[in-house]
Amino acid sequence: MTLLDTAKERWSGTISTLTIGADAAAGGTRKSVVTVGGAGGLPFAPFDGAPPHSIAVAMEVWDCPPEDWPRSLADALGDVVASPAEWAKACVEKWGADLICLRLASTHPDQGDASPQEAAATVRSVLEAVDVPLIIWGCDLPDKDNLVLSVCSQAAAGERCLLGTVTEDNYKTLVASCLADGHCLIGLSPIDINIAKQVNVLVTDMGFPLDRLVMYQTTGALGYGLEYTYSIQERGRLAALGNDRLMGVPVICMVGQEAWRAKEARATSEELPGWGDEGERGVYWEIATATALLQAGSDILVMRHPKAAQALKTTIDRLTTV
Amino acid sequence: MALKALDIFKLLPKTNCKKCGCPTCLAFAMKLTTQKATLDECPDVSEDAKAQLSGAAAPPIRLVAIGAGAAKIEIGGETVMFRHEESFYHPPGIGVVLPDNLDEDDLRARIAAVKALSFVRVGMRIGVTVVGVENVSGDAAAFASTVKAVASLELPMVLIARQAAHAEAALAECAAARPLIHAATDADWQEYVRVAKSAKCPLAVTGPDLDSVAALAVQVRKAGIEDIVLDLGAGSIAAGVEAMTAARRLALKRKADGVGFPCMAVVREPDPYQNVSDCCAYVAKYAGIVLTPLSGPEQIAPILTLSQNLYTDPRKPVQVEAKLYSVGAVTPQSPLLVTTNFSLTYYTVQSEVEASRVPTYIGVIDTEGTSVLTAFAADKLSSEKVAAFLMSAEVSEAVSHRKVIIPGYVAAMSGSLNEDSGWEVLVGPREASALSKYLKTVWQDT
Ligand code: SF4
Repeated sequence: MTLLDTAKERWSGTISTLTIGADAAAGGTRKSVVTVGGAGGLPFAPFDGAPPHSIAVAMEVWDCPPEDWPRSLADALGDVVASPAEWAKACVEKWGADLICLRLASTHPDQGDASPQEAAATVRSVLEAVDVPLIIWGCDLPDKDNLVLSVCSQAAAGERCLLGTVTEDNYKTLVASCLADGHCLIGLSPIDINIAKQVNVLVTDMGFPLDRLVMYQTTGALGYGLEYTYSIQERGRLAALGNDRLMGVPVICMVGQEAWRAKEARATSEELPGWGDEGERGVYWEIATATALLQAGSDILVMRHPKAAQALKTTIDRLTTV
Repeated sequence: MALKALDIFKLLPKTNCKKCGCPTCLAFAMKLTTQKATLDECPDVSEDAKAQLSGAAAPPIRLVAIGAGAAKIEIGGETVMFRHEESFYHPPGIGVVLPDNLDEDDLRARIAAVKALSFVRVGMRIGVTVVGVENVSGDAAAFASTVKAVASLELPMVLIARQAAHAEAALAECAAARPLIHAATDADWQEYVRVAKSAKCPLAVTGPDLDSVAALAVQVRKAGIEDIVLDLGAGSIAAGVEAMTAARRLALKRKADGVGFPCMAVVREPDPYQNVSDCCAYVAKYAGIVLTPLSGPEQIAPILTLSQNLYTDPRKPVQVEAKLYSVGAVTPQSPLLVTTNFSLTYYTVQSEVEASRVPTYIGVIDTEGTSVLTAFAADKLSSEKVAAFLMSAEVSEAVSHRKVIIPGYVAAMSGSLNEDSGWEVLVGPREASALSKYLKTVWQDT
């Protein structure tokens, strides 16, 4: 018996297995689907039992050109930000994203207040432009999200998208839509394990299957609260492995969104002398945030910079091939 | 495995004489269990108790010191698998490894680059804490002279020698600095043990997998070396992370032999993105030393920041002093924001204010280290408290206007704060990220 055998822990629970995207056989039009979860041990500890599925890398696509993204990020994306469909295409064909996270930012009243119908048209255009699965993310205003996402849900019916987010105060509309249209759901709970569970309880009480749920416990960027996210995700994974079924749900992290808020990623060389190359600094910040959260147990990581997304895919491959 | 505090307490003199610096013997016993004290701090402990405790109270993972003097680091000594169970205590030594085949100018430039790897963030200075020298030349003299030059950094060193004799040659220049000698293998460990013993230096052991490294550690310890570091980074990153995770569990939970030592890795991955991500994986998963050939500040700062984050004690919210701070060239007309003394909140606000380039006062209220929402809910960020701050001498000496910007999340206190203080209350954004825009637009219009 090797030491790795001795180290093995017999956990009683597992993370549920979640498939995003529906191919023709499943009634959709996706050419590739994403399956995550199923782990029965700690992350990257295959002596506990190797997880059956890998970790997915998504890239963010906005429905309107982002205004205040720093130069190194904006330059890397280039002109494609003018069209969500082109942007999504580049993410999949050039940068290798496993799935697209479409942010309906323009539906926010301060960002153009786009109508549910306009948002649904964008969803359709992205679904037509790429054949990977889609995450559809609202503008985080509950009332507007309820209007917008229910229409988007219908527009994407049968494609088994991942929609979000629902919270403990606002979940009924979206749960009903996703049930009717065959989508998966993201439950949001800010760094609180009890609320995370509560959201899962409320959503499943409406008859929503647990294996179509993802938890978003909010993401802290490197240097800006990462340790809170890290520990919440570790605690969640341990609860799930201890057979708390309602915590055994895959986890999504908004890595790009948070990493690119950090001063260390955004600042120009004049603003932050001595911190290194301005064009690369943010890429490293995003990579480090992602690789740290991988270690805490993440299943879907949503990235922004093409180089960071590509590097993360390589990292995941290397970490899962002993 | 470590004894429980009560078991240790039973063996202490139970006189509560305080000579150990603890108020009671029980308090001392509790410190022993978390490796915050050593048994010899109690002058009255019996020989019998010593004998019983020395074996049993030995920490599950040995605390190993590398280096000497002010820059000395201590690694290992950890007590948990997960930081939320208690805390991680001894941050890894993170540093750059330099080859011994550089010409003088190159070497000087590389040493200067290593020296520059020091950053201030959230009010703390973080920087590389170790430096490695690798004997890539295969030559003893070149190794010794590079080590001598690198010793000028006064950082704890890791001597990555081709063979024990080369380590010995380099130690002639620096044994007093107590470098870590790297690394004994199955083939040459006796030689390394002889060198490490005579120089009284810690020794790293390495091998192709966890079993061989642990077996070697057992042999090396039997040969009289106590300060051992396990290099588990010889294979792939997947194997390294797996081995370090297993070693931590084996040491804490399975009392396995040969794994109760800090671990290390020299990350050789040529792609810089992958190299940084490997370093981060090792920082998260239990390494005591992480060395990389990279020395770009944009590459090293994220690794150091990750260590700073994960080795923060989760039981104590990090706080800043509650007082009036200023950012930029403030005047009595500059805006005044209030926020909480939770370090993360304060520094997030501070960095957004800096980015706005609007000179601003930030009033920090003592909320016992809680964030805005938590503090407000628990009445730790009340209008009375903010009013008292606004009416303090500190504020009236600095600010001539009477307009305060409160966080958007506590908009509900506007009315009562206005009544309590007489100040005009402006409701700022909820998220710090919107502060820059707010200061540049809304505030300018008031
Ligand atoms: S010095 Fe020893 S006897 Fe005195 S209080 Fe401390 S532990 Fe107890």
